Amino acid sequence: MAAPDVTAGARPDSRLRAPGRRWSEDAVKLGLGLCALVSVATTAGIVVALLVPALEFFREVSIVDFLTGTEWAPLFEPARFGAIPLLVGTISITLWACVVCMPFGLGAAIFMSEYAGDRTRKLLKPLLELLAGIPTVVFGYFALTFFTPLLRRIGLDVEIFNALSAGLVIGVMLIPTVASLSEDAMSSVPIDLRSGAYALGSTRLQVATRIVVPAAISGIAASYVLAISRAIGETMIVLIAAGQQANLTFDPMRAVETMTAFIAATGSGDTPTGSIEYKTIFAVGLTLFLITLVMNAVAIRLVRRFREVYE
Amino acid sequence: MSFRPTPRLVLLGLAAVILAMVVTGCGRDDTSSNAQGASQTTDTGGTTESLFGRIEADGSSTVGPLVTAAAESFQQENPDVQVTVGISGTGGGFERFCAGETDLSNASRPIKPDPEDQEATLCKKNGVEYTEFQVANDGIAVVTNKEIAWATCLTVDQLKKIWEPGSKVKSWKDVDPSFPDEKLTLAGPGTDSGTFDFFTNEINGEEGASRSDYQASEDDNVIVQAVEGDKGGLGYFGLSYYEQNQDKLNDVEVDGGDGCVAPSTETVQDSSYTPLSRPLFVYAKNEALKRPEVQAFIKYMLDNHTSISESALFVPLTDEQAQKAEDTFATATGS
Repeated sequence: MAAPDVTAGARPDSRLRAPGRRWSEDAVKLGLGLCALVSVATTAGIVVALLVPALEFFREVSIVDFLTGTEWAPLFEPARFGAIPLLVGTISITLWACVVCMPFGLGAAIFMSEYAGDRTRKLLKPLLELLAGIPTVVFGYFALTFFTPLLRRIGLDVEIFNALSAGLVIGVMLIPTVASLSEDAMSSVPIDLRSGAYALGSTRLQVATRIVVPAAISGIAASYVLAISRAIGETMIVLIAAGQQANLTFDPMRAVETMTAFIAATGSGDTPTGSIEYKTIFAVGLTLFLITLVMNAVAIRLVRRFREVYE
Repeated sequence: MSFRPTPRLVLLGLAAVILAMVVTGCGRDDTSSNAQGASQTTDTGGTTESLFGRIEADGSSTVGPLVTAAAESFQQENPDVQVTVGISGTGGGFERFCAGETDLSNASRPIKPDPEDQEATLCKKNGVEYTEFQVANDGIAVVTNKEIAWATCLTVDQLKKIWEPGSKVKSWKDVDPSFPDEKLTLAGPGTDSGTFDFFTNEINGEEGASRSDYQASEDDNVIVQAVEGDKGGLGYFGLSYYEQNQDKLNDVEVDGGDGCVAPSTETVQDSSYTPLSRPLFVYAKNEALKRPEVQAFIKYMLDNHTSISESALFVPLTDEQAQKAEDTFATATGS
């Protein structure tokens, strides 16, 4: 407080500041700061809420068993706590979702940004966003009662609950996310680049694939990462259509259980609070959280690295 | 600039298709909701009713929904009586009951008798006297996919072979060499369910002992979907739920040693459908039975036993069983 002001010369002269700064400005600043704080505080709260029961869980079950065990049956006698089947289930579903949403989403984005006329684009975008607005529970029953029978009709011997149907439908659900974000990235590529390429005699396809997509790659990558994160975290569709059977298999025709489906199914049953079964939910939740965290961190680095800056 | 109707029509058509998919998508979601809840209290405030008080029940998670269903309709007539129904399990319920903490104990088996240093001993030690009422019958139906014509009857040993922990049975051929080599897919209740406890205890010889690689769901409708959807599907759940889905599934007769018996209301009531049928009980503390609101509630349950057990998806009492319960009630209350 009483320290001499040694840096006085470096500071802007206090007389330059507006006289009588209004308190309302401070209030607004505080209010907006609080808004930002809500999400940070929520994240911190989630970490603590996950960490405490999860650590209690790992006091009873070794973390090595949890991460390397190949049998997942925490609610059965004898209980087995190997999370590999859940991980594999999640990865398998996510892969199938990516198979759909990445090419189709990017294709839709290229079409809207490079090929479609204004009129078509104005119709197509809201329609795609309509798809994004459908509740996931509807997609879940769509997968179970329409898509799985369809797969059977084309000759695939899928089980009634299977990874393929759920994964593909999640992919369909994510097309608008990928398309919309990628299209935004492509639209912001400067028109000069396109004009230059056209002037050199490029076709539309060449402009799209060799100029626009590489220039917008960081935005496209961001949309992919968001899609992957959402596929990993998707709960309702897998709960309804992929089954609740922790099979260790990459066979898409069979039922699998994802981490989210386990959490939802177990959390809504009447597992007694404080029991080891109950803490399992948090251990799986923490694993899911860490995976998404690492994914996002990697994504941010990737995006920075490949970002093309104009001007 | 010029008006081009074609793409717009195509897009509108697309929207219509999506809408149609959405509609058919939810059309099949006919999940039945039955009265279920961990515990419930209602106090809707005073009317002209004279009965008031608080009844505490705890015990079996199978019987819980039945008592909850009874409590809900009872409280409509007697809004000043609060009935709380816990589901600590039959054993946990008796522990609290014999410690004098609860008025009623719901049980999916009789109380363990005195000499074995069991539940009844604890009650005796604490001076808790009680009266047993049978309130319903419970039966489990084993069901298969409609296309399965071979498995009309399974023995307990075959069921055990299919369901025991670590079972490697993957094809119907593994169950019985005379069955075809059709893939066997399994569905059943999750570990929280009283049906699961009952089935594993009777079939695998230990409560909670079961293979775990099957479609496990607390929602009976999911089990129906699974068995209906897979050609080699087999599952099990409460008998009443099968009766509602007879058109979609086949039931399996069970051979408990005395020949094949089909599950039905009659065979569950007379216990000939062994071992997958059992009586369900409510135990009342004699001290509590002196209270008018407890008396009224038990009387209500016995008088309306048919509608209550049907609404909670159980098999009702036979006339004989009901008469016996009425007699027990009359003796216990001295009326």
